[in-house]
Amino acid sequence: MTPIDLSFVDVLLAALSLMIASGFSILLALNVHRRLAISAVRMVAQLLLVGLMLRYVFAISSPAITLLVLAAMLAAATYEVYSRQQFRFGGWRRFGLGGLPITIATLFVSGLALTTALREAAWLDPRHAIPLLGIILGNVMNGTSLALNAMLTSVQREKRAIEARLSLGSDRFQALGEIRISATRNGLIPVINQMAGAGIIVLPGIMTGQILAGMDPLDAAKYQILLMLLLAGAGTIGVIAATQLCVFAITDERHRLRLDRLTAMD
Amino acid sequence: MLHVAGREAANSPSDLATAEALVVENLSRGDGHCACSLTVAAGRCVALSGPSGSGKSALLRLIADLDPGTGTARIGKLARETVPANQWRRLVTYVAADSGWWTSPVSAHMSDPEAALRLLAELGMAEALLDAVPENVSSGERQRLALVRALIQRPRFLLLDEPTSALDPESVLMVEKLLMRVKREGMGLLVVSHDPAQIARIADRRYVLSRAGLTEIVP
Repeated sequence: MTPIDLSFVDVLLAALSLMIASGFSILLALNVHRRLAISAVRMVAQLLLVGLMLRYVFAISSPAITLLVLAAMLAAATYEVYSRQQFRFGGWRRFGLGGLPITIATLFVSGLALTTALREAAWLDPRHAIPLLGIILGNVMNGTSLALNAMLTSVQREKRAIEARLSLGSDRFQALGEIRISATRNGLIPVINQMAGAGIIVLPGIMTGQILAGMDPLDAAKYQILLMLLLAGAGTIGVIAATQLCVFAITDERHRLRLDRLTAMD
Repeated sequence: MLHVAGREAANSPSDLATAEALVVENLSRGDGHCACSLTVAAGRCVALSGPSGSGKSALLRLIADLDPGTGTARIGKLARETVPANQWRRLVTYVAADSGWWTSPVSAHMSDPEAALRLLAELGMAEALLDAVPENVSSGERQRLALVRALIQRPRFLLLDEPTSALDPESVLMVEKLLMRVKREGMGLLVVSHDPAQIARIADRRYVLSRAGLTEIVP
């Protein structure tokens, strides 16, 4: 089987479904069509730009350019984690709290994959490194931002209970323990749901893409399994690191709760 | 030795003599909060009053090391900064006027349930309260339960922020009786109160905190 060659007209026709959905939104006064349209246009622009850029990066295949692209992806993901928070830190915590966990988790798991399952690929071969890091990064970013948002919102809500524990002699990890566990679970929901539903409820995106591109379904499944395990590992490392770091960010060296470091966003 | 719990204190440094006083020197949160100095001797009760917003709760929180600030606090020669923060707070425990509770039955908040039962009886409270969820008990009951929760940890000094503000007169007297008992047994108390009659009943020394500073009222 050969891959189906997609023309731009084919891609545009796929937008028909979104137009129909937007029609319903207008008809039923749901008022979501505008946001849908903006998001869709943004997505098309982003993906086309990325496609063009990757074509260029793959063509020149320079390790320095590859590293630059990876760094830009990590920086963008860090900003995204920060911008998704309802309560935000200032100073180094502003970006460090999200950036550090996602960088550690993504680089560690990408490195693991590139030295084991994908060992035949050169480390900085852009055709392997960029898509692999991208998909791992996206997952880690989602889990991390969910976990941090849950944790900081809970800390605000449970301030008095946390301080009661601190007053009674708990250290910061004991005082924030339940909130940290709950936030960690929150951050892992997408990863766990993704694994639980894979193959039964949904055919994951990568597997679907590879089957549509002509790959044998069993080979596509193996790739998907490999990726899902990597994503789950990276997601979990990212979430655990973020919630752990958050305990340090929200308290000081004398184990005081420092909500003054947070600013609420509208 | 305090009788609120049937065990030896496991959280006090061995070099700490029971009779040593809590000494606070120039403690301030900054932002216009005055630098406060006072001493609470072991087995004594110091009352703190003053207009709302003058920084009484802030001072108690600073002593318990719950907020950053300037100045020092020590018990005898044991400086606050030389002790791990959680250990300091076991020695000098702050109880807020409306303490926080986590979502477990009251018993899960009590480090020594047997001692808690004895204290509940002393306060005329039902044993069944230990099985209740904190949010389902009245504010007055929660206030007394918070006192019990702190007392069973046997701190050297207890910092109480309006400990009877939500109580009826009979309960107020029972709380005061309990406080006088633990005081006789060597615990130092620093109590924020707006009630002159209560201050007269329980306090050995009295301070008034205002924007101008901390002033000792000598009778």
